[in-house]
Amino acid sequence: MERLTMSGLVKFILSFSLIIFFANTTIASDRKFNLGQIATIEEVAGWDIDVRPDGLGAPIGSGTAFSGEEIYAEVCAACHGDFGEGADRWPPLAGGEGTLASHDPEKTSTSYWPYASTIFDYIYRAMPYGEAQSLSYDETYEIVAYILYMGDIIEEDFVLSDKNIGQIEMPNRDGFILPDPRPDIMNTHGDPCMSNCKVSTKIIGKARDIDVTPEDE
Amino acid sequence: MKKNKKNEVAKSKKFNRRDLIIGASSIGAISLASKNVLSEEANPENLPPNLPEWTQYLGDGVDINPYGMPSEFEGHVIRRNVEWLTASAESSVNFTPLQDLEGIVTPNGLCFERHHGGVAVINPQDFRLMINGLVDREMIFTLDDLKRFPQTNKFYFLECAANGGMEWRGSQLNGCQYTFGMVHNVQYTGVKLSDLILETGLKEKAKWVLAEGSDSSGMTRSIPIEKILDDCIIAWAMNGEALRPEQGYPARLVVPGWEGNMWVKWIRRLEFGDKPYLTREETSKYTDLLTNGKARMFTWVMDAKSVITSPSPEKPILSKGLHQLRGLAWSGRGKIKRVDVSIDGGKNWKTAQLHSPVLSKSLTRFTLPFEWNGEELLLQSRAIDETNYVQPTIDELQKIRGVNSIYHNNSIATWLVSKNGKVDNVRLG
Ligand code: HEC
Repeated sequence: MERLTMSGLVKFILSFSLIIFFANTTIASDRKFNLGQIATIEEVAGWDIDVRPDGLGAPIGSGTAFSGEEIYAEVCAACHGDFGEGADRWPPLAGGEGTLASHDPEKTSTSYWPYASTIFDYIYRAMPYGEAQSLSYDETYEIVAYILYMGDIIEEDFVLSDKNIGQIEMPNRDGFILPDPRPDIMNTHGDPCMSNCKVSTKIIGKARDIDVTPEDE
Repeated sequence: MKKNKKNEVAKSKKFNRRDLIIGASSIGAISLASKNVLSEEANPENLPPNLPEWTQYLGDGVDINPYGMPSEFEGHVIRRNVEWLTASAESSVNFTPLQDLEGIVTPNGLCFERHHGGVAVINPQDFRLMINGLVDREMIFTLDDLKRFPQTNKFYFLECAANGGMEWRGSQLNGCQYTFGMVHNVQYTGVKLSDLILETGLKEKAKWVLAEGSDSSGMTRSIPIEKILDDCIIAWAMNGEALRPEQGYPARLVVPGWEGNMWVKWIRRLEFGDKPYLTREETSKYTDLLTNGKARMFTWVMDAKSVITSPSPEKPILSKGLHQLRGLAWSGRGKIKRVDVSIDGGKNWKTAQLHSPVLSKSLTRFTLPFEWNGEELLLQSRAIDETNYVQPTIDELQKIRGVNSIYHNNSIATWLVSKNGKVDNVRLG
């Protein structure tokens, strides 16, 4: 669950290896099928990279926007733009504040995402696009800090770390509705109108006129 | 002797025929299938009382195609994408050609693809499924381990929550494939998660599962434990053969009736926790923005939906007289109970015939015979599921959700059949 530093990891492995050994042999009787292997702490630590909104799972590390600007420009800006505005058709990362209720909402990491943990989790696991999990933890904190700074969420010298990533207040924190209210349309309860129904049959739009459908060569 | 001679002739004639086809194609043999498309008209030399070539001469022997291919005349039945939709093909989508399919099974090679970091290529020997977090034993399973558990075989539809997402504001894409094709239906073989859990044990506090893929997007979704224990599967086979690479080979998660993004492909890890994880895919994406700027979150179920696959923009009506209207219906809440069809834009409805098997959370086939005398038609279909949920109109959806949701557009579509038999995707209002 919680991620460990390497030195902590070694301690853990040493202190737990005995327990694991016994776990393997003694608890086996609870297992219904006796298939699969007990995972070692080290195996789990290598793959368990998720970070939860409350900061659980955040790896030890820190960084500021000030130090993140350079690496962002180097590794991310080609696709996401110098200011997170998005280059070509690549997605923007910042901007769009105040647009969510408009006709053209801009949903970005800073205008829309409810938790800073998600930005860390996603960038560490999936970015830069095509080179997943190549950033160090400190680099990831620096870059996340830089994105939050572009969204006016933290100051340039704020030290973002595993200690406080669970406490960053995101502008759209309360922008989500739970639980799912569907089925939200139960007008007819399984017994809809079958004849002489009052509906408009006027054609108000044709896909053909929009003309964006790909054609076979 | 004589017989041999005839064989010789047959061979040379056959080669000639092939040479002709290949010669006519500029790129050569590879494009044979795509060049040899259905001709508009029959060749009179092949019709009675004449003897076609295939009746007189030997055809190919066995093993020409050790893994069989569809007829070369079916080259148009392929997945298609909309290039302008996405910035890169590795994070993109294509669409199932529903208009060309019959029954309820989607052939494996036609199941639409949606990737966020390209197709992972995994040697099954290197596959591991890790289960960690709030379990009694954190464990790792090989593919062979998974196959030794009790097995389940079930048909389920998988629909992307963004299927029809381009149509919220109006009719945009003129095709059944592009507007409804982010759905497929196959038979999965796998192990139930409720069985896997018997091996790891479960802590009482475990309420959520984080499912994680091993592809370069590290796809992750949170799933409530009730669903995991109800009917979720780790599947390694579809329609009787190993999963296709683009569908998550060697193993994927199956989350029946729920949005396709949760069916994590190339699965590598299930973590049990006491709270949801709020990953990028359940915050930035797959949340449904309303007009007031608030967004619905965790909208997992795919509501009932149906589509007329023929006639459709790709399947114009070619002659007057009797036709069989065909379509598909499905619901993430259970079985389809009824499908109604209208030919006058929703004023009058007739109930279509459902074809067995009618399975829960599976595509269901319907047909309805109709006479066409060259008049204009406005075709619509309306699904009703076993919970009595009725597929809504786009008006009904827009009144509650606005037009910025992107996801979960399960509204009734309208196909306009013109007097010349051509079919268009249109919006009524
Ligand atoms: C080669 C282009 C490219 C580069 C370089 C790149 N990205 Fe991305 N980024 C993408 C694409 C494509 C997506 C969308 C992926 C998908 O569809 O799932 C994305 C998505 C994102 C998102 C989620 C956006 C959203 O609104 O959901 C974030 C955050 C992000 N990238 C951050 C970064 C950071 C930080 C870096 C540098 C470390 C980086 N990216 C480098 C192409 C790139």
